[in-house]
Formats: sequence, C-alpha cells, structure tokens
Amino acid sequence: MTKKHTFTSILWLGSAMTAAVCLFQAGCGKRESGGAADAAGKVTIQNKGSDTMVNLAQAWAEEYKKVAPAVDIEVSGGGSGQGIAALIKGTVDIANCSRNMKPQEIEQARKNTGKEPKEFVVGHDALAVYVHKDNPIDEITFEQLANIYAEGGKITRWSGLGVKLPGGDDIVRVSRQSSSGTYEFFREHVLDKKDFKLGSRDMNGSKEVVELIAGTPTAIGYSGMGYATAGVKMLKVSAKTGQPAMPPTPENALSGAYPIARSLLCYTLGAPEGELKKYLDWMMSAAGQKIVTDCGCVPNPADKHTK
Amino acid sequence: MPKRNRPAWAIFAEKALEGVIYLCGISAIVFVLGIFFFVFKVALPVLFEPGFSLTQFLFSTEWYPTSESNIRYGVLAMIAGTFSVTVLAMVIAVPFGLGAAIFVSEFCGPKLKETLKIIIELLAAIPSVVWGFIGLTVMSKLIVEFTGAPVGVNILNGGIILALMSVPIIVSIGEDALKAVPDSYREAGLALGTTHWQLVYRVLLPAAKNGLLAAVLLGVGRAVGETMAVLMATGHAVHIPEGILDSVRTLTANIAAELGEAPENSNHYRVLFLTGVLLFTITFVVNLAADLVIRGIRKK
Repeated sequence: MTKKHTFTSILWLGSAMTAAVCLFQAGCGKRESGGAADAAGKVTIQNKGSDTMVNLAQAWAEEYKKVAPAVDIEVSGGGSGQGIAALIKGTVDIANCSRNMKPQEIEQARKNTGKEPKEFVVGHDALAVYVHKDNPIDEITFEQLANIYAEGGKITRWSGLGVKLPGGDDIVRVSRQSSSGTYEFFREHVLDKKDFKLGSRDMNGSKEVVELIAGTPTAIGYSGMGYATAGVKMLKVSAKTGQPAMPPTPENALSGAYPIARSLLCYTLGAPEGELKKYLDWMMSAAGQKIVTDCGCVPNPADKHTK
Repeated sequence: MPKRNRPAWAIFAEKALEGVIYLCGISAIVFVLGIFFFVFKVALPVLFEPGFSLTQFLFSTEWYPTSESNIRYGVLAMIAGTFSVTVLAMVIAVPFGLGAAIFVSEFCGPKLKETLKIIIELLAAIPSVVWGFIGLTVMSKLIVEFTGAPVGVNILNGGIILALMSVPIIVSIGEDALKAVPDSYREAGLALGTTHWQLVYRVLLPAAKNGLLAAVLLGVGRAVGETMAVLMATGHAVHIPEGILDSVRTLTANIAAELGEAPENSNHYRVLFLTGVLLFTITFVVNLAADLVIRGIRKK
C-alpha cells in the first residue's frame, strides 16, 4: 500500500514538474514577432485578447484565409488584460482590446519591447445589460446598476427595482473575471471606478454570461451586444435618472446616445509592416467591416473605412 | 558466496544503472523541495510590502486585486469556499468510498471484484476538465430542476463532482487496507459464529481503521487540490457561503483564473503565489497526517 502511495506521489510530482517546465518555456520562449515568415514562406500572425472580440477576430481570420492563403492567423481569447500582458511581453502581434490601454501599460510595453503600442479602432460595440427574456423590466439607470453591482450598493432584490419575478426575489449578479476589458469598462463607466460588490458569478467569457442569464430567470448581467440570443433581453439604459433610456442599437452606439458604447481596438507594437499591415488594412476595408456587422457589432462609419 | 568472474563492462553497467535508479528514487525529494522553494521565493517579497498585511490576507473576505481605489487581498472567502466544497465532497464520498471498498474486499466474488477494480481505476483516470464539463452542463441543470436553486453551479455541484473524483482513491486504498487484515482474523471471527456483517463491523473495520483513515485523508487531499473541475462547477463567486446552494470560489480556482492576467512580479502575482503556499501547506498537512497514520499501521 505504501509502495503504491509513493509511486502515485512520484507520478504526481513528475507531472507537476513537466507542467512547470512547460510554463517556464512558455514564459521565456519569446517568439520572433511581427508576422515573421518561416522557411516555407508561411506567415503567422498571433492575435490574442478580448473575449468580446474573439468571435469577430476568428471570423476575420477565417475570411482572411480566402484573401491571403499564405497567412496564418492564430486567435485566442482570455480577456483584454491577457492580450495586453502578451503584447507587453512581445509574444503577440495584435492584442484585441475592448478597453483602452492604460498609461502604465503603454509605459511597460515601451520599456519592455522598446516599441510604442499603436492603436487601431476596428469597430464599435454597445455593452448591453441583459436579463432573462421573461423578466418584465425594460429599462435601467446607471444609478440602479451601481446600486446592484458596486460595493456598498443597496439593491439586492428585484423588488428594489419594482419588479416581481415568479422565480424568486434575489438578484443573481453575473459579472466577468477581472482580466476582462468588459469588466474594467463597466467598472469605469457605470460604477464610476468603484469596486464591484463581492459575490457575483464571475464568468470567463462574454458568451457564458449570456448563457447563464438565459438559464436563470432572476439573473442580470452585462456583455457585448453581439452575444444576444433568443433567451435573453437587452435593457434600455439611461446614464442619469430622469433621462430617457436608450436601447443598444448600432445607431445609438455610434452616435453615443447609448451611454455604454465603446470602441473595439487592436494594438500592435510599433507601426505594423508587411503582412501585418495588410491584415489590419483589410480589417478596416469594406470587406473586413462587413464581418463586424455580421458578428453583431457596429462597423466604423463609412467615411473612415480606410485611414 | 564465491564471487563470479564478470567482465568489467557488466560491473560498470550495473553500477551506472544503480546510479540512475538512485537518482529516480531521490528525484521526488528534489522536486518537492524545488517546487516549494520556487513558489515561496516568488511569494516572499509581498510579505514585506507596505500595502500588504498577513492578517488581512488570512482573515478578510475582501478580494479586490485590481481595484482602482483600494486594493485588498483577503482570501478568507476562498478558504471557506475550499473548505465547504471539500467537506461536502467528503460527506458524500466517504460512505460511498468505504462502502465500495468493503464490498469489493469482502462481499463480492473474484470475477466481479476484478471487473469492479478495473472500472473504479477507470473512474480515477477521467480528466478533471471532463468532470468540470459534466458539472457545468449536466449537473447544473439537474440541480436547478430538483432543488429550485437560482443557479446550478454551486457548492452542491462542486461537492458532488469532487466526491466522484475522490471515491476511486478512497476505494482502492481502503480496499488495500482491508486486504492487509490477516485472514486469521476472518477465520477466527467466523469460527466464533459471527455473521458476515458482524465480522466486517466488529473485526475488520477496527483492525483496518488506520488504513481506512489514510484513504479518507488522501481523498481529502485530492479534493482540496483539485482545480479545473471546481473552477467550472462552483460558480466562482467570492462570498462566504450560507447554504449548499450558494456559489463559491476556491483557492485553486482563483489562482487558475487570475494568474494569467496578473502582471509578472506585481503584488497581485505574488499574492497568488502566496495562496499557492497556503494550499501547499494545507495539502502537506493532510498528506503528512495520512502518512503518519499509515506508519501507525506498520508498527502494529
């Protein structure tokens, strides 16, 4: 018995060690970035970041395969924070972000890589507030949202919003993990930089938020408007109590009438060159912007298609 | 014994092989020390940061690592989360696991025994992410349906998943412990006219109690250290639970979810490593207890 026990311990340690070595290599193995071509002339562009944009980035990558078959685009999510962290380390070519890079992050990137991060606005999005489709509530104010979500906020029950739900009175708050750009955007613009109340269900993706709400009659949450499904309802939002609440439509997101609209951004290290530049230009061309619409987000206004 | 004449290379090869085996043998010690040293080295500087207090770390429920106004690192809610999920898992897994061990060891025929052992080992081989997936998709729907909980990812879900994961360990080690009881005990018991059940209850369980306790403690160690499944099944809410239908976050899940975004060598990063040290300490104590208990059997 003891023999067996020791043997399993060694196995465990062995696997832990292997994992540690892998992590170490992943951390240290700085890839030649900048879409470098390998011997076969194939170019790989690494693209990481925002979960809000991961569907969009994937759709772009697939479509671009038809335009330029020699270019491989590898897309992964993880949150805007993860994309930026990778950009600072120099391990990605494009970081997708649903929030702006902070000054200290730009400073870090400059110090670490010697290059200046460059920002591209590749589309727009409205941050929608979702509830279950059977919830009778139609609109909500920033003040109510802050009372629901922020630390010290008073509202914990639906009756506090004047709503009676058959499934129960407690509000199930759905939020995002703290590396999410959506999380930070919501904190900055809706909660006025106050911290989130603890105890929310922190999901690891935009889609998971909507899925959980669709399955939970008493839930409320926020996510990109592109993730709406038949099981949820998007609320009209007003920034100030008393002002008319606006629905999250593409027009309202672009005009700024919807109060929590944001730009979808791509960051590169230094001015992009070669295949990387071609890819970014293509994203902002009419063909690329059509995909933004297909993904439920809002394209750049027509006159800004090519900068 | 007279020495046989052997060629020099054979003697050398044997020595070399002995050396290699020796290295394999002590590698476990090297790895343990290495891992502990590395984790502790990264975590250590944060203990001397002005914005950090160990009391707050251990006894505050406020976990705000990325706050813009007031950064707070308190893991009490996650300790409570880990604890509650583990306790529930054990409440479910211990009767099941020990029951299965007793059945496999004492009551079933040899053919069924072999089949059961293979299948139980198969259960242990299911990757934890698959368990998590089952928790997230199948279990959560069942829980909402049967308990009326608002959200299906909660302590109950994580506890059941963890219980299913620790049962195989409890069964195989528990069965070994029962097998280690000498047959003369069984024969003596039966000769005195006990029924099969009385034999188990009055003779075998007391005789094997140390081994069974070790089995349970190793199951606990498994449950405390599990990450992926609880990350997916417990709902990931920082919150001291008030009932088994509340969502919680565990220490392991918190590290897994946040390490990727924490800037290297920032305080947040170091605090996550400190959480690792805390976990290491917990599992170390549990494993040490299990080991001491096993040693207790040997002395008998």
